[in-house]
Amino acid sequence: MGGYEMEDSYYEEDTLKDKYLIFYVAEEAFAIEIRYVMEIIGIQPMTSVPELPDYIRGIINLRGTIVPIMDVRLRFKKPFLEYTDRTCVIIVEMNEISMGLVVDRVAEVMTIPEDEIVDPPEISKGHNRYVKGICKMGEDVKLILDCNKILTDDEVEQLSQIREV
Amino acid sequence: MSGNSGEQMLDVFIFETEQNVGQLEAIVLESEKSGRYSEDAVNEVFRIMHTIKGSAAMMMFGNLSSLAHGMEDLFFYLREYKPKKVDYSVLSDLVLAGVDFIKAELQKIKGGAGADGDVSQLTGSIEEFLKYLQAENGMIAEGGEEAHKFPETAVREDEIRAERLSAYEAVLYFDDGCEMESVRAYGVVRQLRGFVDDLYYYPGDILENDDSVEIIRKQGFTVGFSTRKPLREISSILQNTLFLKDLELRAITLEQFKEIKEKGFPEREEAAAKQEAQKAGGKRAGAGGGDRAEDSISLPASSMISVNVAKLDKLMDLVGEMVIAEAMVTQNPDLQGLELENFGQAARQLQKITREIQDIVMSLRMVPLTTTFLKMQRVVRDTSRKVGKEVRLRLIGENTEVDKNIIENISDPLMHLIRNAIDHGLEEPEIREALGKERTGTVTLEARNDGNYVVVSVRDDGRGLDKEKILRKARRNNLLSKPEDELTDKEIYSLIFLPGFSTSEQITELSGRGVGMDVVKKNLESIGGTVAVDSKKGRGTVFTLKIPLTLAIIEGMKINVGNSLFIIPINDIRETVRLTGNKIIVDPDGNEMIMVRDSCYPIIRLSEFYSIPSAATKLEEGVFILTEHDDNKVCFFVDELLGQQEVVVKALPGYLRRRRIRGISGCTLLGDGSISLILDVGGFVN
Repeated sequence: MGGYEMEDSYYEEDTLKDKYLIFYVAEEAFAIEIRYVMEIIGIQPMTSVPELPDYIRGIINLRGTIVPIMDVRLRFKKPFLEYTDRTCVIIVEMNEISMGLVVDRVAEVMTIPEDEIVDPPEISKGHNRYVKGICKMGEDVKLILDCNKILTDDEVEQLSQIREV
Repeated sequence: MSGNSGEQMLDVFIFETEQNVGQLEAIVLESEKSGRYSEDAVNEVFRIMHTIKGSAAMMMFGNLSSLAHGMEDLFFYLREYKPKKVDYSVLSDLVLAGVDFIKAELQKIKGGAGADGDVSQLTGSIEEFLKYLQAENGMIAEGGEEAHKFPETAVREDEIRAERLSAYEAVLYFDDGCEMESVRAYGVVRQLRGFVDDLYYYPGDILENDDSVEIIRKQGFTVGFSTRKPLREISSILQNTLFLKDLELRAITLEQFKEIKEKGFPEREEAAAKQEAQKAGGKRAGAGGGDRAEDSISLPASSMISVNVAKLDKLMDLVGEMVIAEAMVTQNPDLQGLELENFGQAARQLQKITREIQDIVMSLRMVPLTTTFLKMQRVVRDTSRKVGKEVRLRLIGENTEVDKNIIENISDPLMHLIRNAIDHGLEEPEIREALGKERTGTVTLEARNDGNYVVVSVRDDGRGLDKEKILRKARRNNLLSKPEDELTDKEIYSLIFLPGFSTSEQITELSGRGVGMDVVKKNLESIGGTVAVDSKKGRGTVFTLKIPLTLAIIEGMKINVGNSLFIIPINDIRETVRLTGNKIIVDPDGNEMIMVRDSCYPIIRLSEFYSIPSAATKLEEGVFILTEHDDNKVCFFVDELLGQQEVVVKALPGYLRRRRIRGISGCTLLGDGSISLILDVGGFVN
């Protein structure tokens, strides 16, 4: 009996492993580990909060829970795109921090085996700070996002902003 | 099932005993204050001890039972003989020592261990005290024996000579509303087993069948048994059953006993019982008439239930969702412009109910501070005894309701502060008299709501903090971060919160190990609170604990600036004005200020402070809100007042909390589901 249980939980773990949600921001394909994705919702009325970087668009009320919303376009310094009915918000949760990520389009959930992922090239410019891997499966290249960095890497961001100024 | 019921019994036992002990403590403290034990108090203590004795014996906690027995004897003596010469303080000490012992044992039992504390010393001193009392008052009482005399039952007369097997049948009736009759009945059976050869009982399936509770309520619980013990002994066991209202005991022949044992209860009786039970069940299901009301008169035990806090939080969220969903339905754009009289009525009904649910859910987590404060009376008593000072504890605002987890977190810091106040703060009675103060020192414990915070203060009227001493000590331990002459009084006092600080020259048993104040500070910081101290030499010291409410309902003023909504706590608002002849002052740095009735408020334009595009840029177009928080005055310039509203304070999401946005203490959900930010007036000052 115990053996079976172990196998079960092993497989359960496996169902989340290597599964990625693919979404598009400014015609680029990104992948995010499915285990951090709670749900996908449409854009909702937001309350803006002062003193925050522009990529934090505000907070929304998600069935009683208050979730901040980050525009991934702005986060990656792409031009702002007006929100429409088709704009998607991916609610992610990591280390007890929830965040809604505004993306252009959500595509699919796909399995990307570990050996299909290569490390990002070591270039110090651009946004690959948040990219922890690149997948060449299928037609286009998918950038695998480091969820943790996106949610917590403000300080680095702020420093670089200061330098740019 | 039986293991489960054992656990259930244990839970009931712990709960009941805790309540009883709490009551006992209160009685003793009350009596001590008045300097004597009233007749009622003695009776009550006797009753409580009797109850504890019985239930502890039932749960096989021998030490608790014998302790309670000793106490019972003691109070029996007091009750029956009303001795003149009693040293009440010794008596109180004894009872309180007993209370502590029972509490400690309960903790052990809760932790899964047995009650194994050694009680002999305590019972010894109780006995000694009783003997002393008896000698002192020149009366030899029959003492304990007498305590167990109960109303004679009809059968008692035909005393049965022991050693011969004989059979009896007993019918036990429990007190109305004592609840859990089946479990109690099971306890009786368990107890009897040790004394009887054989037994049967009816209803037979007490633990499995819910109907059996009804049968026991209506017809009593019937136990038949055969035994070699004297009837007297068995009878006294049965008499000791908790919540026993009535006991019928009659002898039956051994043949009768065997017959019932083998064939079960006479058919007729059983059928009648079933019917009766069904009728009762039906009545109950029939959505409670008068009968139900009778049922619901019960012990506090059954009106309390402990619930997982996570579930409450979930419920809270769901209710929030429901309110929003309701608004989405009733204010649905599809309905606009339609005349819907019936719909409107139904919608209002729904609104009323949801509002009520919301109120109830919010109150679920809130607990009054009363118990915590009352516990402090004990601390004051013990501490003042130990250090030989006379202390009066004054409680203010003990009805203030706070979140449950706050209560758990402030109990220890409060205890510490009170001990400190008595040990270090207050002077000895003689010194106080010499100083022209009242001989008895006063410690004031006060709680009040302050916007998003609960403020609890501990104030004494003692000697106050000694600045010189604190400085000396800080110098010695290298705790000073600034030149001494730049320190304000408050900064000096705050040094005592630094780790490794204790000014008491003598380290006493109670305080002064140098770990006190910084632990208090840490405790509070762990729940997001702060502690501050202020003092006046010769006049006293006050410690103020400020604890944020995790869940607070505050009355707020809704305002808007451009498209943004904010809530300002009503408590902080002094008045609102429009610019009509009030003087606006602009200093050379361009800071604006407003004079209202001789007070000068700095103006903060929220639109500029938070760079919000605003409708009102000219001072004539907007509204000034004058606020005051902890003596800090600020005037906000906003576009419009939108009205007053009760709001639920929610914490900002984790991501935003880390960024520490100036002047925002939290947010709230409005009726239509939108979010509004709550301004923290204090946060604008620095």
